[in-house]
Amino acid sequence: MTQPVSPPRDTAGKIPPVGRLTPWRALPARADVRTLSLLGVLAALVVIGGITKPDEFLDTRNLQLVLTQASVIGVVTVGMTFVITSGGIDLSVGAIVALASVWATTVATQEYGFAGILFTAMLVGLGCGLVNGLLIAYGGMVPFIATLAMLASARGLALQITDGRTQIVSIDSVLKLGERDSYVLGIPPLVLVFALVTIAGWLALNRTTFGRRSVAVGGNAEAARLAGIDVRRQRLYLYLLSGLCCGIAAFLLIVLSGSGQNTNGNLYELDAIAAAIIGGTLLSGGRGTITGSVLGVLIFTTITNIFALNNLQSDVQQIAKGAIIVAAVLVQRRTASTN
Amino acid sequence: MSHTTSRRGLLFGTAAVSAGALLTACTSNDTKDDKTAANNQPAADDKPGKHVTIGFAGPQADHGWLNAINDNAKNRAKKYSDVSLEVTEGSNDTAQQIGQIETLINKKVDVLVVLPADGKALTQVGLKAMRAGIPVINLDRIFNSAQAYRCYIGGDNYGMGLNAGRYIGEKLKDKPNARVVELAGLDNLELTKQRTQGFDDALKNYPNIQKVARQAAEFTVESGQAKMAQLLQAQSKFDALWNHDDDQGVGALRAIQQAGRDDFLMVGGAGALSAFQAIKQDDGVLKATVLYPPTMAASAIDLARALGQAKGVGGLAEFEIPASITLYSAVVDKTNVDQYMSTGFR
Repeated sequence: MTQPVSPPRDTAGKIPPVGRLTPWRALPARADVRTLSLLGVLAALVVIGGITKPDEFLDTRNLQLVLTQASVIGVVTVGMTFVITSGGIDLSVGAIVALASVWATTVATQEYGFAGILFTAMLVGLGCGLVNGLLIAYGGMVPFIATLAMLASARGLALQITDGRTQIVSIDSVLKLGERDSYVLGIPPLVLVFALVTIAGWLALNRTTFGRRSVAVGGNAEAARLAGIDVRRQRLYLYLLSGLCCGIAAFLLIVLSGSGQNTNGNLYELDAIAAAIIGGTLLSGGRGTITGSVLGVLIFTTITNIFALNNLQSDVQQIAKGAIIVAAVLVQRRTASTN
Repeated sequence: MSHTTSRRGLLFGTAAVSAGALLTACTSNDTKDDKTAANNQPAADDKPGKHVTIGFAGPQADHGWLNAINDNAKNRAKKYSDVSLEVTEGSNDTAQQIGQIETLINKKVDVLVVLPADGKALTQVGLKAMRAGIPVINLDRIFNSAQAYRCYIGGDNYGMGLNAGRYIGEKLKDKPNARVVELAGLDNLELTKQRTQGFDDALKNYPNIQKVARQAAEFTVESGQAKMAQLLQAQSKFDALWNHDDDQGVGALRAIQQAGRDDFLMVGGAGALSAFQAIKQDDGVLKATVLYPPTMAASAIDLARALGQAKGVGGLAEFEIPASITLYSAVVDKTNVDQYMSTGFR
């Protein structure tokens, strides 16, 4: 904000050259180093997993398991990455997942079968995102407060709908999607959805004006406005996108767990923010990386997997998770500054 | 927060030690004088007696079991024409729950039934009620001080683990090198530690059985599915699984089905309707569940009514209701599931 007319920065914080960008040359070396360091962490984890539990860890089923478990939070993280890149935050993602998953599994919704569940989940996600977006973009509310309010109300509404009960899904086509028979060439459908969302997110952020505008708004909103970007509309779209991702994630969770419960999506907001941050997205906005976020999610899921396979308890898991967030951010700072 | 508590502690602590216990003991005995011989007038008696207003304060019903607690209390109270029930909005916030109970004290209800969000943190308000002459039935999560309640009734977490371990032990006792897996509940709750302790102690009686893995889920379907999927991947072969909670069991069963495993027996915990139905159908791995009965809330209403009418408990020789009741964690399997079906919660 101190330099009101500095041009928007690109994904690595450099000033983009004027004129048409050549896609591959536009990727700066610094982002590569960051991605490589994350890949290095992931590779180290794979080695640790392979050494401690060779039979259980290095196994197709385990790969399927890790990717499946990364899918739900992964989709949420893609949406979160956009929001953080634009300088915002969405604390309501977990609550939206909970609300969407219970709304989509009520007896009334289940009467409409597969499509009913899918569309309800997405519509509820979009609806919550719309409210967030309107409050923030046009109501002038701080994202932290607006989404915190959404967190509270969405959780409350989810509890009101379920009365604390577990809503079991009885639609076979939905349940089947989460089972082994539906794997496509060994790939679980949930993982396919995650992959599609990731690719779409990467293209949107790196190859479209929508993505460039998101980065510009996060880098310097005033400059973006002066450059002719409708900042408010852009913000509305971003929270809508995050809401939609939550809706998709809620559907995946329904498929995975065969149920809807108001406790679903517990602390997703923190997991998604943590994954985006260790991935290299700037919490202050102006820089975002979908690749990094997805690697962040995979790192966390792989750690959980290795710990569980080695029968380590949740206290140790939580300590390690905290330590890894700190370590990853510190390593990135060093690589970023020495580069 | 801690400052207020300690100040309250000073205020009430001394008062309660000297006068509190005496006072409440007196009030509850005073009303008792006109009715004698609990033997002849048991509490289980459904005949209408003196009208009793019961105040009920519980936590937010964000979990199937807690929801069942509320339902049990309400339905039981409805059954008696001489009981009216004042139910507070459930809350997990200690300060809010204290406020709600203080309101009930000010309304001068005859008896209080309190399921605290946090037993230790609500001890002071229990003491306050007792000091005001309102006897307190402490439900499930126990207060720090026996002076804060007239009667405690709750489940037995240690016994739950013990009975689960015994059931599995008896099923596997002839199997050499039997392997057992445990899917625990939320690890930062003391009750989870107690359940695990009971389970481990029971398994010690069977030297052929070894517990090979334990992971903690969070009492939610989502966490149950995630942790069970990992456990199944970690243990390619085991003979029995104890899952602490039937709600997370929905997720655990989903993971078992997704992994296509059926080579072990599973025992659940708490007593959800879906678990009872699965046990009755007997077409999956779930063969039994160990109760942590939500009917305790109905019993708490019975006790509160008996207390308000100065009666004892039917079937016991005592004139007074007991000071403490710990429920038995029965094992429900195919042989007795019909009997318990109506108590299953959703």
